Amino acid sequence: MIPMVKLSHEDVLKLARLARLQLTDSEVTQFSGEISAILGYVEQLKSVDVDSLMPTSQVTGLTNVMRKDDMQNYGPTPADLLKNAPATKDGHIKVNRMLA
Amino acid sequence: MSQWSAIADIAEKVQKGELKAENLVAQALKTIEDNQDFSAVIATIEDRAKERAIEIDNRVERNEAVGRLAGVPFIAKDNFLTFGSETTAASNILKGFEAPYQSTAIQRLEAEGAICVAKANLDAFAHGSSTENSDFMTTKNPHDKTKVPGGSSGGSAASVILDMAPFALGTDTGGSIRLPAAFCGAVGYKPTYGLVSRSGVVAMASSTDVIGPLTRTVEDAAVVLDVIAAKDALDGTTIEPEGDGYALSPELSALSSKKIGVIKEYMSDGIDVKVKAQIEAAITKLKDAGAEIVEVSLPSLPLALACYYIICPAEVSSNLSRYDGQRYGFSHPEAKNLDDSYNLTRSEGFGTEAKRRIMIGTYVLSSGYYDAYYKKAQQVRTKLIDEFNKTFETVDFLLGPTAPMTAFEIGKHANDPLEMYLTDIMTVAVNLVGVPAISIPAGKIDNMPVGLQLIAPQHKDRDLLGLASQVERIIA
Repeated sequence: MIPMVKLSHEDVLKLARLARLQLTDSEVTQFSGEISAILGYVEQLKSVDVDSLMPTSQVTGLTNVMRKDDMQNYGPTPADLLKNAPATKDGHIKVNRMLA
Repeated sequence: MSQWSAIADIAEKVQKGELKAENLVAQALKTIEDNQDFSAVIATIEDRAKERAIEIDNRVERNEAVGRLAGVPFIAKDNFLTFGSETTAASNILKGFEAPYQSTAIQRLEAEGAICVAKANLDAFAHGSSTENSDFMTTKNPHDKTKVPGGSSGGSAASVILDMAPFALGTDTGGSIRLPAAFCGAVGYKPTYGLVSRSGVVAMASSTDVIGPLTRTVEDAAVVLDVIAAKDALDGTTIEPEGDGYALSPELSALSSKKIGVIKEYMSDGIDVKVKAQIEAAITKLKDAGAEIVEVSLPSLPLALACYYIICPAEVSSNLSRYDGQRYGFSHPEAKNLDDSYNLTRSEGFGTEAKRRIMIGTYVLSSGYYDAYYKKAQQVRTKLIDEFNKTFETVDFLLGPTAPMTAFEIGKHANDPLEMYLTDIMTVAVNLVGVPAISIPAGKIDNMPVGLQLIAPQHKDRDLLGLASQVERIIA
């Protein structure tokens, strides 16, 4: 028997705030049910004894891949990179004011 | 019967001037045009493709080198950064994005003379198993338009089977190359993690994302892998390829000297009985051909999907935080301040599945839940790796179905994301463990293709392709 996780509307709204998503009322209702069901499914890991095992975050076995601290030319110019920006000014990306 | 011969043959004829790259590109573009109603392709790359073809033909006339894939047209999943078209990852938030550089895989293919002619549809940001999560359109299965092609590389798989190009590129984070290959009847190759550079590919779950080819034959998949496999300074997780490369060679053909383990957990409850029978029939043929086949058990395999659907959304929520409407992509025009801009841009730009995964990821990574979900999943991942390693001490390869079912009806899982996730139940473990795997066609049930999956230890891609080409021949 899988213990049921139930995300309330407030829980969903809090997650959305953390993730910078603004949800409609119907999305909140939808996600509260769906995410609860998915979290219910993954609950099956709770009963597995893996306390003695190290967590795996990558599978290559590589560690500290370094390169020379030189400037390298990969092709695109600053102008190429700015071309997709919604707004620019004097060769910089322009954003809304951060501090009120 | 395909209009394309083997990739190596096409390239050889172009090199000799017997085939014109310009005609091959025109042929590919016409087939794309004729099959628009399958919605496999988001955009074509006509001007750049034609220019490159003419350049290759001119070089041939001047007796200059044109590369191992000279003039071979291909289609890239639209999460590969490419010149000559937008790169959208089938998402509204990237609509209009023109890549300032190309992905390493595309660069390597172009350097050998291959020509990208189109961008294939996918589930937005590769989140899905059917292409129904594309923000633009749903691709139809080439064998039955009422069914899905699988996903997330559904456009890539469908385009190959619709004969639009000799090969397509896909990405596989939890099965996204192998599943659509199985549903459409293509060969889909998922390399060892790190064998192909991820530079210039829209990131999904970085610890499991890999790039690979979808083709009609194992031989073609091997030819493409041989070109794209390389260590890359732009991707610190890339590994050295095997010294002999990946193109097939005769010494790889000794089927009888290898031991193959049939995965018990993939052949038990939950698998469609007809799919099971189809795989068993293939096993019988392999035994008759002299293969040594035993049953093996990896008891933690049933946990892999739960493990994946913690780790994957966690990485997704992190990787998708870059789409903030400030530097590139969609930016909401009505935002009054920075926070507003983030919120409005992301709410309008992301589709439902992206939002769902971002929120699951945010939940499992948040303080108070991190140890119970994310860390636990990482430990279960270690357990899976240990079981695979132990199993590969007794067998050389693993075998099973690619999916527990054949392609399902469009809309079947539209209102139940968990049911959709379960489609990946036989593919995700391979990604968590980082080993290579391939899906090859194993006949059809009621006209819908079945995929057979072969899995090898890490860094044994060459052996796996050799075995797969044998299996392909025997079960055909």
